[in-house]
Amino acid sequence: MLTFIGLGLFDEHDISLKGLEAVRAADLVYAEFYTSCLMGTTPEKMEKLYGKEVHLLSREDVEQQPDWLEEAKTKNVVFLTGGDTMVSTTHVDLRLRAKKLDIETRLIHGASITSAVSGLTGLQNYRFGKSVSIPHPYESKRGVLVITETPYDTLKQNSELGLHTLVFLDIDKDKGYMTVNRALELLLEVEKRRGEGVMTHAVAVGIARAGSKQPVVKADYAEELQNFDFGEALHILVIPGKLHFLEAEALVELAGGPVAILEEAD
Amino acid sequence: MVERVTTLMTDPKKIRNIGIVAHIDHGKTTLSDNLLAGAGMISKELAGRQLFMDSDEEEQQRGITIDSSNVSMVHTYNDEDYLINLIDTPGHVDFGGDVTRAMRAVDGAVVVVDAVEGTMPQTETVLRQALREHVKPVLFINKVDRLINELQVDAQEMQVRLGKLIDHVNKLIKNMNEEKFKAGWRVDAANGTVAFGSALYNWAISVPMMQKTGISFKDVYDYCKAEDMKVLAEKCPLHESVLDMVIRYLPNPIEAQNDRVNVIWHGDGSSVIGKSMAEADADGDLAFMVTDISMDPHAGEVATGRLFSGSFYRGLEVYTSGTAKKSRVQQVGIFMGPERLEVERIPAGNIAAVTGLKEAFVGSTVTTLDGMIPFESIRHVSEPVVTVAVEAKHTKDLPKLVEVLRQVAKEDPTLQITLDEETGEHLMAGMGELHLEVIGHRIERDKNVEITTSQPIVVYRETIKKKTDPVEGKSPNRHNRFYIYVEPLDDATVELVKSGDISMRMPELERREKLMAVGMDKDQAKKIAGIYGSNIFIDMTKGIQYLNETMELVLDGFEEVMKAGPLSREPVANVKCVLVDAKLHEDAIHRGPAQIIPASRQAIQASLLMAEDSLLEPYQKVFIQVPQLNMGGATKELQGRRGLILNMTTEGDLALIESRVPVAELFGFAGEIRSATEGRAMWSTEFGGFEIVPTSIMVEIVAQIRERKGLKKELPKPSDFVGI
Ligand SMILES: Nc1nc2c(ncn2[C@@H]2O[C@H](COP(=O)(O)OP(=O)(O)OP(=O)(O)O)[C@@H](O)[C@H]2O)c(=O)[nH]1
Ligand SMILES: [Mg+2]
Repeated sequence: MLTFIGLGLFDEHDISLKGLEAVRAADLVYAEFYTSCLMGTTPEKMEKLYGKEVHLLSREDVEQQPDWLEEAKTKNVVFLTGGDTMVSTTHVDLRLRAKKLDIETRLIHGASITSAVSGLTGLQNYRFGKSVSIPHPYESKRGVLVITETPYDTLKQNSELGLHTLVFLDIDKDKGYMTVNRALELLLEVEKRRGEGVMTHAVAVGIARAGSKQPVVKADYAEELQNFDFGEALHILVIPGKLHFLEAEALVELAGGPVAILEEAD
Repeated sequence: MVERVTTLMTDPKKIRNIGIVAHIDHGKTTLSDNLLAGAGMISKELAGRQLFMDSDEEEQQRGITIDSSNVSMVHTYNDEDYLINLIDTPGHVDFGGDVTRAMRAVDGAVVVVDAVEGTMPQTETVLRQALREHVKPVLFINKVDRLINELQVDAQEMQVRLGKLIDHVNKLIKNMNEEKFKAGWRVDAANGTVAFGSALYNWAISVPMMQKTGISFKDVYDYCKAEDMKVLAEKCPLHESVLDMVIRYLPNPIEAQNDRVNVIWHGDGSSVIGKSMAEADADGDLAFMVTDISMDPHAGEVATGRLFSGSFYRGLEVYTSGTAKKSRVQQVGIFMGPERLEVERIPAGNIAAVTGLKEAFVGSTVTTLDGMIPFESIRHVSEPVVTVAVEAKHTKDLPKLVEVLRQVAKEDPTLQITLDEETGEHLMAGMGELHLEVIGHRIERDKNVEITTSQPIVVYRETIKKKTDPVEGKSPNRHNRFYIYVEPLDDATVELVKSGDISMRMPELERREKLMAVGMDKDQAKKIAGIYGSNIFIDMTKGIQYLNETMELVLDGFEEVMKAGPLSREPVANVKCVLVDAKLHEDAIHRGPAQIIPASRQAIQASLLMAEDSLLEPYQKVFIQVPQLNMGGATKELQGRRGLILNMTTEGDLALIESRVPVAELFGFAGEIRSATEGRAMWSTEFGGFEIVPTSIMVEIVAQIRERKGLKKELPKPSDFVGI
């Protein structure tokens, strides 16, 4: 039996009671924190709460050689991830592999950043388009700095339909956590290159440490927001599309957004 | 003198930048020394036998030039002063990289040929290097005294010999660059572009000089015969004949740059910077190419090179190609005689020596224009063929050694330093045993790090024998796939790539046309995505979304494999990689470097192995002059080393043998050939290209290399890299 458990947003206490019971009853506990991680806790604290040893899996263990899956044929195995489970495609892939090995699987959900963002910003969940990620720029061996334009394309498509865009920010072993500030800087850089107006005078909403006691949510025009101090990781970004008046009000009242956006909303 | 130099340097019409080039020992340094002395830049006692410019201990001991020297002198011609910036280059093949680099800095070359030996392999090489860079040659036939006093030729035979030599040089020029040959780059005694004489005895004569002094050919012969060369040196001083010729027939920087810029720089010639370089405009943006880096005990790192546009002054902020960091110019200097002279400002057209360019290495383009297309890289004709592992004698010196190796690589681009990841060894690959020996000594002597070096080992290449079907490479997360096949790159295209005639810097159309001219399909020729070593990467896919921004990562994978092939981790040569299809994840986070580079790398590694990945080994051409009596010993020595005799001729009682021998078999040759011929063989070598290792010994050699590198000994299979 393989149980996928979402741990929620911030620390070890975000796990659901059902999830906690499943972990405590497990023979083996695996976790992966490279797709998303809980900033408010450590594996040690989790182990203490669960009363179980937690085996951390690397990207290779999850994507290339998930030999540990075999254990679930005979044992009760749980697999922990940040946020909700199955949000990352690699998790779905794991579930499919398990199925091929005739392993029974079960899901226990956790709070997800997607719904948290809607909650924190007041932007309505059904008005979001496709989400996108911003990776760190890459410098090639020939000294070429590659800044992906894919996020810009997605923003463009969404904004043409008036939809909001949730922008995930890179978590990289070596290059660290991408900040809202850096992400905006990169988007504005692409705007300069492309000049299609997607980011000109665009409002952006930055969120830091969702799920913690002091989350920060701040809305402003991208050029301004770029310089706002969000504090520590994790950050996430939303570029709203067309605003409903209630959404606009929420951004002003709950996220300190510029009053001018009230005029533009319908 | 200071004032004369600083005034002249601001007037490009009064400047000549020249190099002295020749086969080893033909007398370049003797000539350069005596030119300096003749022009009054150093004392007469310093020049001559003692070889002032070969000042390094190592050079004195071995009696050869190792490093190029930059000097300058003032010469008066037709009552006007001229500033001559001169670079004396080494003749030994192992230091040929210095010649290549010097040719970028100068506009004209004095090709020195020993009258007795005639044109030699290295004469041909340096001439080719000069012509490739559009550097105009004039000819100085040296050691004429030996012709008369040692070979005892009579006046008539002397004339015949000199005539033959000139004809031969012209044949070379014509073959190498017919266009220039026709445009007046032929050397011709009657026109004054040839001088002959004796650098050692300080005299030279040319047709214009005969007219000026009234000394005839016959007089020269008689003076020599009577061993009265002192008088000759007074009547026709070496420096006057040679420097007159230089000023009269070699181009000034404005004329030269106008012709050369489109050869050494592939940007848009009609752009502002393009024009500024063609005109050597001192007020334009700065465009400087570093051709030499050396350590000065007081000033630190000095970058010397050619200033094509703009002016250098202290405090100027500059960009260096290949890095985003800016640096600030500190001292700026030109050469006065052998010394570096600090000046306020150096305008375009000069050879400048500056400090403060922290990011620069030899070959860098330094500019004030953000985003300037760099100069074409300086390609050296030969490639590293031997390597040694270097270790610090005392472990505490390890960090220092790493730093020192970085520095020597910066100063000498023909040297390749790599860290073997498996064994943790630092490997130093160079042009030959002597090259590595000299660098090793210098690390100990100048940089004060005691080292031990391994026995020299041959540098091999990997190449393939056939074309494969497309091979699928998957990213670790399985969301991205690449389909790549490989095939051998044909000789003509390899030549084009190696010579630097095509590069990724030139406009696509120009590159396409050159490739099509050697037979590449138009479809492929316009899709070149990357070039590494003598390998190219072609992207034949059409309209695949996101591929554009992923290509740099794919190319990084390509480069990694080209640096170290799958068979033996030796560099790959002469391969064409073709990407035919790709599937990419739509979100950029799932196609980052950790995903794409391995996918591309593994597809290429597997396809190389499927294409019968083989080893190429380097060869040297070996030229031997030996009395016919001892010829048997010499040929036996060559044949015992898998050598191939290409040609054998006789001249008098001398036999001349031309052969090709694998570098792997040449270690210890110097000693053996001496004993095999009773010390009577004279020999020289030249880079002889690469040849496939015979199948009979390949597996064993690969296994040895793999063992040395700490790889598993069994030969790798394609399935080690991709799922099949
Ligand atoms: N007889 C005679 N000997 C000469 C003449 N010019 C140079 N030599 C000798 O030839 C030898 C080599 O001279 P160099 O000036 O070191 O030759 P080079 O071309 O600079 O040598 P590399 O830099 O090592 O290639 C020395 O022994 C010189 O004295 C000459 O005109 N006549
Ligand atoms: Mg010399």
